[in-house]
Amino acid sequence: MSLLEIRQLSKNFFHLSALSLVSLSVEPGELLGLIGPNGSGKTTLFNCVTGVLRPSRGHVLFKGEDITKLTADGVYHRGISRTFQLIQLFPEMTVLENLLMAAQERKGTLFSRLLRRDETEEMDRALNLVEYLGLSGVKDNLAANLSYGQQKLLDFGMALMPDPQVILLDEPMAGVNPTMIKALVTHIQDLNAQGYTFVVIEHNMEVVMSLCRRIVVLSQGEKIAEGTPAEIHDNPAVMDAYFGT
Amino acid sequence: MRGWRTLGILVGAVVLLLFPLVLEQYKLYLASLTLVYLILAIGLNLTLGYAGQISLAHAGFMSFGAYAVAILVPLGVPFEGGLVVGVVIAFLWGLVLGFPALKVKHHYLAMVTLGFNIIVFLVLRNWESLTGGSFGISGIARPRWGPVRFQSDRAYYYYILGWTVLVVASAHWILHSRWGRAFRSIRENEMRAEVVGVSLRNYKLMAFAIGSAYAGVGGALFAPLLTYIDPGAFTLDRSIQFLMMVVMGGLGRFEGPFLGAVVVTLLPELLRASEGFYLIIFSLAVILMMLFMPKGLVEIWDWMVRKMTRRRHGPAHPPAPPEPAAVLEAK
Repeated sequence: MSLLEIRQLSKNFFHLSALSLVSLSVEPGELLGLIGPNGSGKTTLFNCVTGVLRPSRGHVLFKGEDITKLTADGVYHRGISRTFQLIQLFPEMTVLENLLMAAQERKGTLFSRLLRRDETEEMDRALNLVEYLGLSGVKDNLAANLSYGQQKLLDFGMALMPDPQVILLDEPMAGVNPTMIKALVTHIQDLNAQGYTFVVIEHNMEVVMSLCRRIVVLSQGEKIAEGTPAEIHDNPAVMDAYFGT
Repeated sequence: MRGWRTLGILVGAVVLLLFPLVLEQYKLYLASLTLVYLILAIGLNLTLGYAGQISLAHAGFMSFGAYAVAILVPLGVPFEGGLVVGVVIAFLWGLVLGFPALKVKHHYLAMVTLGFNIIVFLVLRNWESLTGGSFGISGIARPRWGPVRFQSDRAYYYYILGWTVLVVASAHWILHSRWGRAFRSIRENEMRAEVVGVSLRNYKLMAFAIGSAYAGVGGALFAPLLTYIDPGAFTLDRSIQFLMMVVMGGLGRFEGPFLGAVVVTLLPELLRASEGFYLIIFSLAVILMMLFMPKGLVEIWDWMVRKMTRRRHGPAHPPAPPEPAAVLEAK
């Protein structure tokens, strides 16, 4: 069974069709690439899967369970986490607080979160993550005071913090310097080898082609191609979507 | 930093305990009123400052506590019983008013809560058989524990002080739990908060209900302080006064309500000497404070703490750490 299955998903904003009848599935342990020109609906697809937007039609299944109607916090509790193309952090919290925030709702009930004070387990994980991502030096800085690249890494760390089953990365490399891109690619491959499942939206073709074994292409809200990097590379429809005729 | 805080708390405790012994009646009343307002400001700071949900109904919630005490104590219910009833009613109505907060935000939420305060006022004025209508309720007794009576102004001041300590401690406890962090996450980035699993419904309702419950405590203590209440004490004006305390003190800062409650309650009194000008001077002071200290009076506090600590420990900011890329390269 697929881990994540998207069936005939459509999203309209008034008369504009942002997604139409998109279907795709994500297998456990996979590293799936999602590409397409600007405005092709990639982020809208992520938003519909994670409950940030409610799809107009269609279904999202996670491990066979229909999660289409869940709100974002419900999707999080199922084990799906994500990053954002436009970085979304808690600016007035420190790096460590941002990470702890990303994991605190994972376990327990509303009232146990008021009563239970011990946070050593989460803190250990957060400290390991800042070390892993090279953010140790800034772990007590406010997120607002980080450089762009550091914020991007923190966003990534927050997605990892709850130990999710699927991680949706929305342009993790955009605006990041080449050295850090290399580091991020290594991190993603590393984590994928450990069993984490990824879906990555990325404009950097070189990165996508080397990172992903399977790629889905969206254009104007529709899925126009799916296949291995080599197949996508040679697909005339994809060239057409990107460069037009 | 920690040392300064402990010192501050100790000095504050000594002043709060000993000062009333030398205060005359009116000043003692002002000190008690400041403590009551502090409790109310702490509640609103939790709802507005931490969770970012504006409420202009705080005086309405306060009235639940005040009227519960004023109505139940003459029936033989102990003061604390009346207080608990008032707090529970305020908590439950806080939950109810929290629901619109799930749908509307910012000034729309301000309008909803403003409307609620007006409705509460109208009910208090027109439900004469229960509330005494616009004549209000007079002769509200102060609490007594068997032979111990908190009848004198001084004794009642200490009684209020006891509740203030409880409120401050419990608010500190809540705000330093995962709840406090979740409240802040909603204020800072609601969408991101929901994506990291924060149930906006649960936390917004709780932020409203707990803030309102504190207003209930404040209201219950307020009624016997004046020994007389009428609906005019719980109008929108008073809600705005609490809003001013929280904003002027420093939104979302634990120290904020302390500074805000003291300044908003006592500054007009200090300016009374200027006769007819005092409202103008007070308003000007508010405008200037907001212009030069948009984060509230805590900015002065922060500035003082920075001065003190810098002198003792050298520069407060450590040198900038290396970029993470460089760190990764070095590995």
